[in-house]
Amino acid sequence: MEITLNHYLAVAAVLFAIGLMGVIMRRNILIIYMSIEMMLQAANLTFVAFSRFNNQLDGQVFVFFVITVAAAEVAVGLALIVALYRLKRTTQIQDLTTLKF
Amino acid sequence: MNALFFWLFSGGMIVCALAVILNRNAVASALCFTFSIVFMSGLFVMLNAFFLAAVQILVTAGAVMVLFLFIIMLLDLVAMEHMPRQKVWMGCTLVLALGFLLLVAKTLHATPEGFITQNSLKTSDHRLVVKPQVRADGTTVDIVLSQNDWDKYDDTHRIGRLLFSTVPGKTSYVAPFEITSLLILVATIGVIVLCKQEERPRPRSREEITREAPPVEPKEKALKT
Repeated sequence: MEITLNHYLAVAAVLFAIGLMGVIMRRNILIIYMSIEMMLQAANLTFVAFSRFNNQLDGQVFVFFVITVAAAEVAVGLALIVALYRLKRTTQIQDLTTLKF
Repeated sequence: MNALFFWLFSGGMIVCALAVILNRNAVASALCFTFSIVFMSGLFVMLNAFFLAAVQILVTAGAVMVLFLFIIMLLDLVAMEHMPRQKVWMGCTLVLALGFLLLVAKTLHATPEGFITQNSLKTSDHRLVVKPQVRADGTTVDIVLSQNDWDKYDDTHRIGRLLFSTVPGKTSYVAPFEITSLLILVATIGVIVLCKQEERPRPRSREEITREAPPVEPKEKALKT
């Protein structure tokens, strides 16, 4: 059985769906953050698969940028979570209702 | 053989990803995510993206997940592990995810199978094959590499050439690269500003206290209060 582009795309879609489930289902803000990272990684996998399929390297350069930006984003996001924890003493989203109308 | 490794890596990746969102212990979730990233690097290797596989392990599995574990252990998250699961809500998200997957499955079903060929990279893209060379009289000329030369390069070399090549009229990644460095600088400063504690009064030494206010007589103190 030959592994085609569609197999890679399907696996990336499953990973993205799992990340989406995590974002909606979990209440812990850190796990939600991890799930967002997972969705980014799923997009990365799609990029690399298409890059290989088209025999062009531009997709891989994009993944390089995505990884860099994701790392910066994680640093800022975790700093925000720490600041939030200092203020509210919680990381559960149901306790963070200050902006709720 | 190829198929075996594909199923091994993708299966491991999916199982670890599921463990991330189903685990109650945040530390275990983070470790599962690390394993998921390692499996994904395996898939990258199968797609001939060796450089990205290494970067993925170093940056995401190494640096980012260490940061996550650091924060999880810094904030005490033990108390939240005993909250009851919300079964109905979990069912709703599962339905949503399955709907998404159904959509993707239908799309993939409608598209023809994309066979991944073992062709070498295309050299029709002239950004990749230009190599400036300095002549004896000091002028530079662009020499177009042959397909043979291009095939000899490894993955990292090719990405580096594509990333830093500046051929006029072609897409160049030099400006995005520099902007990314600026972004990281801004992120670093932002993190420091966000995490900076309010300055607490430092405990003063005995000499400082006595120098500022000479010890009051017991009588006066009693009057004041």
